[in-house]
Amino acid sequence: MGEKVLMKGNEAVAEAAIRAGCRLYFAYPITPQSELIEYMSRMMPKAKGTFIQAESEIAAINMVYGAAGCGKRAMTSSSSPGISLKQEGISYLAGANLPAVIVNVQRGGPGLGDIQPAQGDYFQAVKGGGHGDYKMIVIAPSTVQEFADSASDAFDLADKYRHPIMILSDGLLGQMMEPVEFQPMKTTEEIEELNKQHFDWCIHPNQPEPNHHHHEINSLEIDPIILEQHVIKLGQKYDVITEKEQKWEEYSLNNDNEILCVAFGTASRLVKSAVDQLNTEGFNIGLIRPIRVWPYPYDAIKKAITDNVKKVAVFELNLGQMIEDVRLAVNGKVPVKFMGKVGGILFTPEEIKAQLEEWLQEEK
Amino acid sequence: MKVIAQRPKSLTDLAFTYCPGCTHGISHRLIAEAMDELDMRDQTMGVAPVGCSVFAYKFFNCDMAEAAHGRAPAVATGMKRARPDMHVFTYQGDGDLAAIGTSEIIHAANRGENISVFFINNAIYGMTGGQMAPTTLPNMKTSTSPYGRDVADIGYPIQVCELISSLRAPYYVERVSLLSPQDIIKAKKAVLKAMKFNKEGRGFTLVEFVSTCPTNWGMTPLDAMKWAKENMYPFFKLGNFRDKSLEGGE
Repeated sequence: MGEKVLMKGNEAVAEAAIRAGCRLYFAYPITPQSELIEYMSRMMPKAKGTFIQAESEIAAINMVYGAAGCGKRAMTSSSSPGISLKQEGISYLAGANLPAVIVNVQRGGPGLGDIQPAQGDYFQAVKGGGHGDYKMIVIAPSTVQEFADSASDAFDLADKYRHPIMILSDGLLGQMMEPVEFQPMKTTEEIEELNKQHFDWCIHPNQPEPNHHHHEINSLEIDPIILEQHVIKLGQKYDVITEKEQKWEEYSLNNDNEILCVAFGTASRLVKSAVDQLNTEGFNIGLIRPIRVWPYPYDAIKKAITDNVKKVAVFELNLGQMIEDVRLAVNGKVPVKFMGKVGGILFTPEEIKAQLEEWLQEEK
Repeated sequence: MKVIAQRPKSLTDLAFTYCPGCTHGISHRLIAEAMDELDMRDQTMGVAPVGCSVFAYKFFNCDMAEAAHGRAPAVATGMKRARPDMHVFTYQGDGDLAAIGTSEIIHAANRGENISVFFINNAIYGMTGGQMAPTTLPNMKTSTSPYGRDVADIGYPIQVCELISSLRAPYYVERVSLLSPQDIIKAKKAVLKAMKFNKEGRGFTLVEFVSTCPTNWGMTPLDAMKWAKENMYPFFKLGNFRDKSLEGGE
């Protein structure tokens, strides 16, 4: 690992992607992710990679589809309205079993919304925003360091499962500067080695007869019997991912927690401050932070609800989306409370603390 | 015994799924023959569209990708940039290229993306059952223009070669037809030229094929050829719109 540098999240994830072997990046400008595309436009040529400012988000994700079909590490990024435009392409990537990385620097919505941090795209990201039966692994970083680290994590997962992976950040993580330490740059040889794992299916030079092959990158199966088998196989892939790839952080978790908080991404940072303050005042509050919001850590939450937990409290920068998954985990065992902020407004640790105190008071 | 004609190696053994009298079979064959003759099959990857030729990825015997409707030029861009050593072509119909995919085709052309685009213009949506296309002729009846295309209401057919050749980057743009043996020989020459230019890395090439759709036009294949000559030629003039190899200073 190298030395720490102070960087914006948008730039850090771009740098980390290049270091992870991404040499093909296609995107369209949108606030608050513009530093990402600008960084790529500066640095990709230096890394002898491809940077294209596409004519649209739709074109960008389809360029990723083409590049990923050649078995190369390819990435696109955008913010909420642009991610909506990419949904068609994401569905095709999933249907065609293609590895790719999509970064969403979320902003307020719906519609054009605003350009402030929000978490309103949770449903779209984890429940399948495009058409058809598919799931995406969704990584939800909460610091600039994690945002950067999520790039190589995402590419490794994409390669492992031949599947699109989303990094679900937001305008705060994208714009904020924090110290970040990068993994070393992958060498050309290392990147070539990564590409080789895809040679049995991807587009690469045909061999002269008699070894000539015909590889197809495709999500079309017009025969329902074949499509059924294809979708069942996708389902089996999602089952494996669900079993193996859950990731979460346990913060101040113990058997005597009175309230169990659940929050992800930027919201979780603010909840941590409030939890710290309350715990120094003699309360006992725990936090589970899903680091990946799909597959969702249902069992981790279930396990954390000991007999002493009176309530589960969910904090999100939306009207209440992840709370539905928390309710599935809690399964009626204790009440599930919610505090949300919308419109790109953040809650302060003090507001969270006051809300938690009120909920603690209800128990007395 | 001397073989004077055979199935091109660049076509798979699968039987085409096209209707009797459809010209897709001819344009597939021309592209495959060109691939064989230029010995490019092992270095070529193609992109199939959405439309009647959606199964083109099964018919061409090279590596193929199936794109979402209209997105073939973007997919081809990603492929070409990932593998600059390979030759990339797209095969697209009029709805795919000139309606839902206008943005992708114009910008791929404008970037001078080093790909070959083969554009099939039969003035109708074939696969979905004969709806109006962006290239449907004035007053032409289709299942979504049952009273004839009203240009005052929905505009004139889009002339793709004229549009693309208004951009500076494209290297070679030509409109050919598949309506007679002579036309097919000329079309073959255009396909060879386009693929050769791409092999040499010259830039963006597009060949438009004036084609027929006997099924959805409700005509016999021969009547369809006759109708196309009489009605499509006045609007879709055959000829070369751009050939930078003939210009000085290239």
